[in-house]
Amino acid sequence: MQVVEQAPERLGRYTVRFRTAPRLLGRASVVGPMEGKGPLGQLFDRVTDDDILGQKSWEQAETAYMVDAGRLALENAGLEPKDIDLFVAGDLLNQMVTSNVAAGRLGIPLFGIYSACASFTQGLFMAAAMVDGGYARHVLVATASHHKTAERQYRYPNEFAHQRPPTATWTVTGAGAVIVGPGDGDGPRITSGTIGRVLDLGIKDPYDMGSAMAPAAVDTITRLLSDTGTAPEDYDVILTGDLGELGSKLLYELTAQSGLPVSQQHKDAGVMIYAPEQDAHAGGSGAACVAVVFASWLVPQLAAGQVQRVMVAATGALHSPTLIQQGGSIPSVCHAVTIEGGQDARA
Amino acid sequence: MNLAMIIWAFVVGGALCAVAQLVVDIFKLNPGYVMVGFVVLGAVLSGLGLYQGLVSLSGAGATVPLTGFGHTLVQGMLEDMATKGWLGVFTGGLKGTSVGLSAAILFGYISAVIFTPHG
Amino acid sequence: MATEQAKQQYKSLVQQHSPPRPIVRNLLASFVVGGLISVLGQFIWIWITRLGFGAKDAYAYTGAVLIGLSALATGFGVYDALAKFGGMGANLPITGFANSIVSPAIEFKREGYVMGVAAKMFTIAGPVIVYGLAASALVALVRWLVIGVGR
Repeated sequence: MQVVEQAPERLGRYTVRFRTAPRLLGRASVVGPMEGKGPLGQLFDRVTDDDILGQKSWEQAETAYMVDAGRLALENAGLEPKDIDLFVAGDLLNQMVTSNVAAGRLGIPLFGIYSACASFTQGLFMAAAMVDGGYARHVLVATASHHKTAERQYRYPNEFAHQRPPTATWTVTGAGAVIVGPGDGDGPRITSGTIGRVLDLGIKDPYDMGSAMAPAAVDTITRLLSDTGTAPEDYDVILTGDLGELGSKLLYELTAQSGLPVSQQHKDAGVMIYAPEQDAHAGGSGAACVAVVFASWLVPQLAAGQVQRVMVAATGALHSPTLIQQGGSIPSVCHAVTIEGGQDARA
Repeated sequence: MNLAMIIWAFVVGGALCAVAQLVVDIFKLNPGYVMVGFVVLGAVLSGLGLYQGLVSLSGAGATVPLTGFGHTLVQGMLEDMATKGWLGVFTGGLKGTSVGLSAAILFGYISAVIFTPHG
Repeated sequence: MATEQAKQQYKSLVQQHSPPRPIVRNLLASFVVGGLISVLGQFIWIWITRLGFGAKDAYAYTGAVLIGLSALATGFGVYDALAKFGGMGANLPITGFANSIVSPAIEFKREGYVMGVAAKMFTIAGPVIVYGLAASALVALVRWLVIGVGR
């Protein structure tokens, strides 16, 4: 249970080692019916019967998902909102309104963040940094998304008849939350993290975000590996958020080319969350995608000792509808954290 | 007469849609852009005198797809231009399509009142 | 910032690995769906002419009936299934035009009847009307100037 002081704090240009290795004290996921019917359906903490939750709009339902996940995570950690010093939250809606309203309901000070589908790992990094630096004792991190709110904001009205191309992804409806706390004690701990650079290789198709985001994933993952002096084999799982089928292929291709192939360890939350029969085309996406898979599939394995060291590297496509209409290409980013399980913080 | 027209309706209507689909798949365009493209196409074919024959042959096969909308607009304008000259552009276009546009707006509004969004 | 060369190289890589669109399947499906909707229109036209309306008016009224049917189908949430299967076969007919008006009208009801329903009704169909009118005006003027109205 001793925490070994590691130095230095900064590794390379963008990677940080968290000296006190803050722990994950609690976790929760709440998802919609479609996710409940997927391959991971049994693992989620709560599967709702519909996607409107008795609210007046899907946007309000999305807020309800986030509040619910937050409360469940608190329960899981045996804490109350008054014990939480900071709420780091993000979602896909304009002005992050979901997070704003949810924070009001939970009554916890809010840092709203946006890096699209990388918001969750950005949140984990920020929470770990705040706790490691002694600025906060407990931090709640949550992200939410909703298929119908994303469709009507980014693409078309939900009833509009249109065919989605094979590379299109399906926004996950739900929310995932974790609580980050001090490093003394047992449990999965965040040992390092890499802040992503924004990369843009000229992809303009908003229906193919996997291709837009893969370069950012490659960039962050390779830099995390080189900054920490580790190789893909040192990790049991390298989890990306929503690269989807095509994005994953591109990830394998590019990492193999640079001599650090990740295909053995790699799993993509978007590919895992839906079954082929659910016809989500390239897989799931959305700010909640990596959060719910992380909270309910990965963290339990860490806690049970089934895996020892994982990298969670979520990517986000940082475009806006206006950017696309003006003919711009999609900039994207990948934020990553390393999480180690069990009782000792590894060197 | 009727049966032949019905078969042609299927063939022509289907073919127009199939070409639109090809455009979407090959050029990776949104349906909205292709719908605009085909209305314009219908207007051009109508102006060249090529579309009326299609209507006589296949009836709804030519009037149901959006190309027919362009055709109706042009023909409406030309009709009025015969008596009013260039003013016919303003008086004639929406005249022919008034039934369709009014129906779309009114039914659209009524639907919004009756139905709830559920995706 | 990525170089042009890097972007080109990446684009080729993406092309290489991209799943192909099922072009032939889409072609056939859109042909069938578009054809069937047109046939439905033809039957409605026959019925309307039997009611005593003239052939030309009947086309306009057929359009209105199809629009009404599409509004219902959109409201009940079934029209988008047609497009999922038949792509442009569902978008190109007048029923698709109606769907593009009715779907935002219903969708944005939550933002109110004025700024939601009424304002957003034409987000997709607006361009069709604008370009239809503009293109037709140009075509009609050119034709009139060149050959007179002629029929």
